[in-house]
Amino acid sequence: MSEHLASVEITNPTGLHARPAVKLTKLAKTFAGAAVQVALAEAGPWIDAKSVVKVMAMKAARGTSIHIRATGEQGAEALAALVALVRRDFDEGHASPATDAPA
Amino acid sequence: MPRHELSGQPAAPGIAIGPLVRLGGEAHALRAAGTPAQERAALAAAIEAAVDDLAALAAQAGGDAAEILEFQIAMLEDEALRDPALSAIEAGTPADTAWAETLAEQVADYEAAEDAYFQARATDLRDLSERVLRHLLGTAEDAATPPGAIVFADDITPSRFLAADWRGGGIALAAGSKASHVAMLARARGVPMVVGLGAIAGDGHARAALDGATGRLWLSPDVADEVLLAGLATAAREETRATADLLHRPAATAAGQRVLVQINVADPSELDGLDPALCDGIGLTRTELLFPASGGLPDEDRQYAVYRRILDWAAGRPVTIRTLDAGGDKPIAGLTIDGESNPFLGVRGVRLSLARPDIFSVQLRALARAAVHGELKIMLPMVTVPEELEASRALLDAALADLAKRGEPAARPALGMMVEVPAAALAIERFDAAFFSIGSNDLTQYVTASARDIGAVAPLADVKNPAVLRLIAEVAAHGARIGREVSLCGDAAGDPSIVPALLQAGLTSLSMAPNAVGAVKAAIARHG
Repeated sequence: MSEHLASVEITNPTGLHARPAVKLTKLAKTFAGAAVQVALAEAGPWIDAKSVVKVMAMKAARGTSIHIRATGEQGAEALAALVALVRRDFDEGHASPATDAPA
Repeated sequence: MPRHELSGQPAAPGIAIGPLVRLGGEAHALRAAGTPAQERAALAAAIEAAVDDLAALAAQAGGDAAEILEFQIAMLEDEALRDPALSAIEAGTPADTAWAETLAEQVADYEAAEDAYFQARATDLRDLSERVLRHLLGTAEDAATPPGAIVFADDITPSRFLAADWRGGGIALAAGSKASHVAMLARARGVPMVVGLGAIAGDGHARAALDGATGRLWLSPDVADEVLLAGLATAAREETRATADLLHRPAATAAGQRVLVQINVADPSELDGLDPALCDGIGLTRTELLFPASGGLPDEDRQYAVYRRILDWAAGRPVTIRTLDAGGDKPIAGLTIDGESNPFLGVRGVRLSLARPDIFSVQLRALARAAVHGELKIMLPMVTVPEELEASRALLDAALADLAKRGEPAARPALGMMVEVPAAALAIERFDAAFFSIGSNDLTQYVTASARDIGAVAPLADVKNPAVLRLIAEVAAHGARIGREVSLCGDAAGDPSIVPALLQAGLTSLSMAPNAVGAVKAAIARHG
């Protein structure tokens, strides 16, 4: 079975915190046939990306990179979706451009 | 009871006066334990009931509160949370003890976190622990706090916050944190809140007054306190009404002159709960807090993470970061020089940075890396002669070359200077800085030869002294002539009674504490 692996930086100001952790685990759970894991280092420990308790316990602060790996049915899709979510900063909008730039 | 005054840390601004209500710890009833199978079922039922409670609360509360509760629901529904409790039940532990011990371990784990944000999650876990225990033990929720009360507790859980009617009331915590979910909710809903008050000695106070902006709590306030605070509350309410529509709009004078209003930041956590639309950018980021009074100096990655967090918050607005301004009244062990006869005239600001190029270069590299993520500007404090600016520029060049060699993404930030030494203000045309920011506190004390912290001469340290205003006007005129921004970032920028004189001197950019923005924008709008 092939393993899909990526690394992506957490840019959210408070890190992989409550709201992002919930979003990450919810998205991971939509891939029922895939095993999805995250880790702070490539060497592990790898933890279940479907458990919000475990994801929060990683305490990934902003600026840290997390590694994501997926195996099983739709593993490639699961990995792509999770990486995209982190890259979009969990849709929290911190990176939106200024609307009232000084004259 | 005699009047008693306490000081803590401000967590949410506002004034409240009312009855004092103490919330104690949870008193737990005893229950008869059954077989492991019965205990397992009891725990599952209690968790399910707690999830139902939270879902109902979320539906009723909506918005930010619903998101916090959704997090709690996700934690409760996660089997990883209950697994250790189930193992303990298998081994013969009653469900309530097993749950309490499992959650206590989680709470301890979060409390031990390095990051203030993760530490603050301990309260959410405590909330979950109590809610499930209440269902297991069949105890009722605490009686609702009366409206308008000032609640004093060690800490307060989000559920307890959401269950109460806070209109007119406030929160005073012996422990607590500015980064807690309750503090975020209190700021968003305008509930005054103070944390870190420490234990209150002696019971029996029936009434209290709270000033969330300054972090003070009065127990059994006297009539004079109440009259004073009620007056402040009324004035603050009127000011808020008057400035509410100005607060998130660009500032302009009555004559239509646009004035940039930026904010001063010392600790990135101050930005939590602040809407960046409030300001045109950050005019002064102090970096001294990154350098603890004792212990090691922050490495490049740690500094980079903090600078980047601030740039992300600013969402494209310019962010001016001042390089380390240690020395003077801001000593740092192992870095500043002890025993100077007059530290304000000693090795401080850029003088110290240039004396310690090893430490300065780490900061410059972190700044250049962060500059990739927004409009970052570097500001040098205490520049006295052009050579200091040029020496700093050479170190910035070297930092960029180092980063390029490492293959690290970096960008060259604009290099500007503070104008706070009279020698710089008087001969400003000698300095090839990308921008100028007047440090009115130090400029005033150096021009008037009067220390701000010596009470007997403090009245002489007056920014409205014509000599100081004339220097400000000359620096502003120089900037206008050569097309470079001149800002002012001292306390004067946040004082609505001084702002007209600064605008009169020709300034069109001011930087102040975030809580002064409303009053200053109002003063600017009134100015002809």
